[in-house]
Amino acid sequence: MLRYILKRLISLGLSLIAASVLIFVAIEIIPGDAAAYMLGINASPEAVAALREQIGLNQSDFTRYFDWATGMLRGDFGISYTYRVPVADMISNRLWVSLPLAMYALFLSTLIAFPIGIIAASKRGSVADWMVMGGTQLGVAIPNFWFAMLMVQLLAIKYQFFTAGGFPGWDNFWLGMKALTLPAFVLALPQASILARVMRSALLDTLTEDFMRTARAKGRTRRGALVHHALRNAMIPVLTIIGLQFSFLLAGAIIIEKIFFLPGLGSLILTAISQRDLIVVESVVMLLVFAVIVVTFVVDITYALVDPRLRRRV
Amino acid sequence: MKRIFLGASVLALTASMAMAQSTHINIGDQLEPPHLDPTAGAAGAIDNVVYANIYEGLTRFSADGDVIAGLAESWDISEDGLTYTFNLRSGVKYHDGSDMTASDVVYSLNRARAEDSTNAQKGLFAGIADVTAADDTTVVVTLTSENGGFLFNMAWGDAIILNEGDDVEALKSQPNGTGAFTFTNWVQGDSINLARNENYWGTPAILETVTIKYISDPTAAFAAMMAGDIDAFPTFPAPENLPQFDADPRFTVIIGSTEGETILATNNKMPPFDNPLVRKALSHAIDRSAIIDGAMFGYGTPIGSHFAPHNPAYIDLTGESNYDPELARALLAEAGYPDGFTTTLKLPPPTYARRGGEIIAAQLRAVGIETEVTNLEWGSWLEEVFRGYDFGLTIVSHTEPMDFGVYADPEYYFQYDSAEYQALMEELTAETDPDRRIALMQDAQRMMAADDVNVYLFQLAKTGVANKNIVGLWENSPTQATDLTAVYWSE
Repeated sequence: MLRYILKRLISLGLSLIAASVLIFVAIEIIPGDAAAYMLGINASPEAVAALREQIGLNQSDFTRYFDWATGMLRGDFGISYTYRVPVADMISNRLWVSLPLAMYALFLSTLIAFPIGIIAASKRGSVADWMVMGGTQLGVAIPNFWFAMLMVQLLAIKYQFFTAGGFPGWDNFWLGMKALTLPAFVLALPQASILARVMRSALLDTLTEDFMRTARAKGRTRRGALVHHALRNAMIPVLTIIGLQFSFLLAGAIIIEKIFFLPGLGSLILTAISQRDLIVVESVVMLLVFAVIVVTFVVDITYALVDPRLRRRV
Repeated sequence: MKRIFLGASVLALTASMAMAQSTHINIGDQLEPPHLDPTAGAAGAIDNVVYANIYEGLTRFSADGDVIAGLAESWDISEDGLTYTFNLRSGVKYHDGSDMTASDVVYSLNRARAEDSTNAQKGLFAGIADVTAADDTTVVVTLTSENGGFLFNMAWGDAIILNEGDDVEALKSQPNGTGAFTFTNWVQGDSINLARNENYWGTPAILETVTIKYISDPTAAFAAMMAGDIDAFPTFPAPENLPQFDADPRFTVIIGSTEGETILATNNKMPPFDNPLVRKALSHAIDRSAIIDGAMFGYGTPIGSHFAPHNPAYIDLTGESNYDPELARALLAEAGYPDGFTTTLKLPPPTYARRGGEIIAAQLRAVGIETEVTNLEWGSWLEEVFRGYDFGLTIVSHTEPMDFGVYADPEYYFQYDSAEYQALMEELTAETDPDRRIALMQDAQRMMAADDVNVYLFQLAKTGVANKNIVGLWENSPTQATDLTAVYWSE
């Protein structure tokens, strides 16, 4: 097990180095200059040159990559070209929105998906199953930005249960949660639909296994066998999907963040690109790569926890 | 239990918000500023927060565009027009408690015109030869030559007076000015909060607290106004929603003018646009009213040169370039392009450019000019079009006040190189007699129109939406600003 983890850690490190080079090169190719963007169309060329010098844009590409990459090892992502504040602070502020939002959405998604997935599997072919299958089909098909606007129209403009967007900060925990509820729900719905369907088919797959027959034979009820024996065995595909969904929710909420004007990582990266604040773009992308790699790593480890057979094999 | 608690706290909060409404305002703006130092960036979003609210200069713009006294109570101009003696107000304090004195003025002006200055409007300070403090409340500015626009220049957001000794890097996230509002905090990506300055030297603000919220998406901005999360959106991003606000008794729609001359800029040095006949043909090929109606939903005033219609020196020259596709085709034939030609049309992100671009492409096609339309982000636009001169045509709104001086710079992106115009600008700068200045500015307009430097489309409208009980917002935009010092709730 320990050797397995060590091997995974080394490949994790190598992936990160490769990703950092790739990200830096890809992003530096974008035409445009942060200094010119900041000073606008009436600026004198000398002022732009002075600003380039001031924010360190005149150093060679190699020096900038090296400073950025080694800085990251110390947790120092450098200074934003446009905002002139440490990138690490900017990212951590945004993470306090994006991370809770992703976790909230994932929580809602599992909360919805588990029961309906189990009901559909246990009553296969029933009206309930039919409704779950139909409903989740719809949930996957509806574009979430459209659903988000619909929710805003209904719950924020018509009934005013929620604000139309924005984030008041965590000073008041309940207000913070309330502001994230609608976006989290909108994000969760398609994820829950996918998860419920995976849950259902994974459960159905295990229903035909020998150990299920044994469980029934020793007197377990149909539902009892499902919950105690089939569920645990169905967890591997479900965990894989949850892992993928978390990475997706953390990185992929850009449009939803824009609709609800939330100050998250997605909106940060969007403004940073248009302002040519490349160091911020690079750092956020790097962070997301890191998050995806770590989540995959954690999911791999949990496989072993859920399934003792995997533990023995490694 | 939890639900009850949540319900109760929300209820309590709504109640406190209702009570606080008469002294608090939520302002919406589309673009968040990169930082809050107007002396180190061109972003209009910076001035939308700090101009008049947090920072003040020697002079300032009033709501109708006049230059009025700011931190300088009065001034004397010497006989030869070269020496300005500013008498500063006494008892003015910065938000951190330190006194504003003549040395702060000397420091601020010298910093802006220094060799390594990163001021986006460095040109405003170009004519200053020397700045000295005669005593604590008197500043003497000497110019190299007469400059009739000097007091106007000092009213810009780029010419505000900073506190000498403040760390300018720190000011970017923690501004320290003399204005009627103090900076409270900035939730990056979300909002900026201001509070009333209780020690303000002048008439104190009526509002106690201000929140400026950033909503980049027009649909989200609409939803936020409708849901009552935002009280006023001084520059609402989607003109198509304005009739809907107008019909809603909760809102007032405020339509004014900005300093934004929106032009179809032409690469004057690139064939075939180096031919005056081709540029004249362009001017006659474009139907301004179709663009204003189609792209701006009717908001905007046609212009015939690079000059704002609300300025007293304005003359209407739209007739010089009336819509006449027949004439345009004839001019093209005369220039040697009877079958037209193909060129590029590069569009920056704003709505006026993207929507206007489609209409212009269609109008040009009608006279035989094919355009390859490319959409660019600002960063790429600055690189390719503005600095790289790699374009045939582009659409952009020049939002700085009285910025027709850029036509005297042959390196400026549309590369108009006219010795006559350059001489005219020199004459204008040296002229201090108001009537003579107006005459010269009118000459400049005629010259820009006659040479068809660019196709002058329309003056960008300021399209604002506000709760009907809010009073005191600027109708026009003589400079980029959201001056909240006189804003209040009528009930």
